Amino acid sequence: MSFAPRKGRDLVTRVPDQVRAPDSPARADVAVIGAGPAGLTAAVTAADTGCAVCVLDLGERPGGQFWRFGPATGDGRFHHEWPAFTALRDRFTAHVAGGRIDYRPGHAVFHIGSPREGELFRVHAVADDRRREHAAVQAAAVVVAAGAYDRQLPVPGWTLPGVMSAGAAQALLKASAVAAGRRVVVAGSGPFLLPVAAGLARAGARVVAVVEAGQPLQYLRHPADIAAAWRKLPEAGGYLARMARHRVPLLTRHAVVAAHGDERLHSVTVARVSPSWERVPGSERTLEADVLAAGYGFVPQIELLAEAGAGLRAAGGEGAFAAVVGADQQTSVPGLFAAGETTGVGGADLARIEGLIAGRAAADAAGRAAGRNAGPLPHDRRAERQRTALHRFATLMERVHAVQPGWTGWPDDDTVVCRCEEVTVGCLRAAIDLGADDVRSVKLLARPGMGWCQGRICGQAVAALTARHAQDRDHAGAAGLQDAGHDAERAVSRPLAQPVPLRVLAELASDDATPDD
Amino acid sequence: MPEEPRPRIDITVDGAAWSVPADCTIAAAFTEHGQVAWRRTRRGARPRGLNCGIGVCFDCLVTVNGMPGIRACLAEARPGDVICTEEGSGFGDQGS
Repeated sequence: MSFAPRKGRDLVTRVPDQVRAPDSPARADVAVIGAGPAGLTAAVTAADTGCAVCVLDLGERPGGQFWRFGPATGDGRFHHEWPAFTALRDRFTAHVAGGRIDYRPGHAVFHIGSPREGELFRVHAVADDRRREHAAVQAAAVVVAAGAYDRQLPVPGWTLPGVMSAGAAQALLKASAVAAGRRVVVAGSGPFLLPVAAGLARAGARVVAVVEAGQPLQYLRHPADIAAAWRKLPEAGGYLARMARHRVPLLTRHAVVAAHGDERLHSVTVARVSPSWERVPGSERTLEADVLAAGYGFVPQIELLAEAGAGLRAAGGEGAFAAVVGADQQTSVPGLFAAGETTGVGGADLARIEGLIAGRAAADAAGRAAGRNAGPLPHDRRAERQRTALHRFATLMERVHAVQPGWTGWPDDDTVVCRCEEVTVGCLRAAIDLGADDVRSVKLLARPGMGWCQGRICGQAVAALTARHAQDRDHAGAAGLQDAGHDAERAVSRPLAQPVPLRVLAELASDDATPDD
Repeated sequence: MPEEPRPRIDITVDGAAWSVPADCTIAAAFTEHGQVAWRRTRRGARPRGLNCGIGVCFDCLVTVNGMPGIRACLAEARPGDVICTEEGSGFGDQGS
């Protein structure tokens, strides 16, 4: 079979499943990775133009994390902007029924093979975690809308059961209508803490406090940037009203600096923090809680893009990265697009706008590859204006809630940094005392970031703590800190973005050795 | 929480019969049952349960119907599932 570009609408090749050989990859014009706000919007937008679209998503249902739901929560009572989702889902479902979208839920995409000139991208996934089979899709254009995950900071006791990310508490509610605990402290930095607290209160949990390390009054100094995202105001007001109704105190410029318990969490220590997040001695108090839901902003999931060769930029501080995209959401790899949190954390509204622009541009690129489209794609000025406005708000949000370096004084030597390999701050310090100056050397000596999660949870913390302790050791100023940046860029390199059974890798090798074109 | 009682399903956890809400993740089933830890770590034998909640951290791994390393935060419990908590590497070593 030839995959050379063909003319006209013939490009839309959909080989029926019963005809397709079991191991031969499926084909689409546009592959979309992720079915959250950005991915769903990109998929329906591309499908609207007549493209064949394949959507691969880790979740069992469309919606991503923002609109994650299960049969018990399908009424949207724990969700925000639910009517926007149901409208989008209706369009998506119609395209799936009409055969224009090939929907693959439960697919963990682990690699995007970039094409040689004139060839197609190959997207590889492990399908169905209970069976773990290899699935591959070929496409002329790919949109990565993989989203983001909560950033957590390692503090003494944070590995205790009952300590979880803010997103974990939210996901329990949204997907399963189960409250994470009875007495909950919500802590971290960023506006996401408010819906988490409001949702838990609504579900009957006692929210002991919302603990915000930043100073949200800083928003008031930038009225123009807030005006750009005026739709957020009633949303935030609604959460605050619900918190007031349930008498949930909001502590700003405070942080949870330790968690306590033996086999599970029973209390946390809250302390006041300075603008640079140094804990203020003597300000500590203890709050009883069976759950701590913590989140210090979000980390974009850029592994697939990084491995495919897309250019990255530092985003959100302390070694987090996002994909660099142009006005059409295209990355530095032609035909590879990114939308939503993978391009920098900005929330669901921005994700939908970026998904719209990316879906349209990816469909155009696929058509171009087939020799169909001529001339430049006209700009969607309205979408681009909205995107600019929401970017301004996202930048402000990032500034107000940015993680400050003082947090590196919260953990002690016994605090686990790398949860997977159980590497403590003391182990990091020992590696640094042996002469390690950068994350790579620390990793080789002490093994942080070498477990199941591949450093996703601890990577930024290891970089920040390494910089701090190398500096303490040298008393020599900024050598360690300067290393932290490009060091971290190397650290995000993960050839396989998901755990892959060896038999799937073997299939992959034979697949690539005998190209079917 | 839901006004009308939710339908429930039967699963087995470490040999015990559990009735858990239908249509919830395995992590939610543990949480609803009051169990916050369902794995012990390889080095320190420390208890672990739900952490990131969205499939990134791999702290919540369980064995489901003999398949080890399933993320309890993503997988939904299905009627008749036989779930075993794990001890060690996440490759299915069982507790004693």
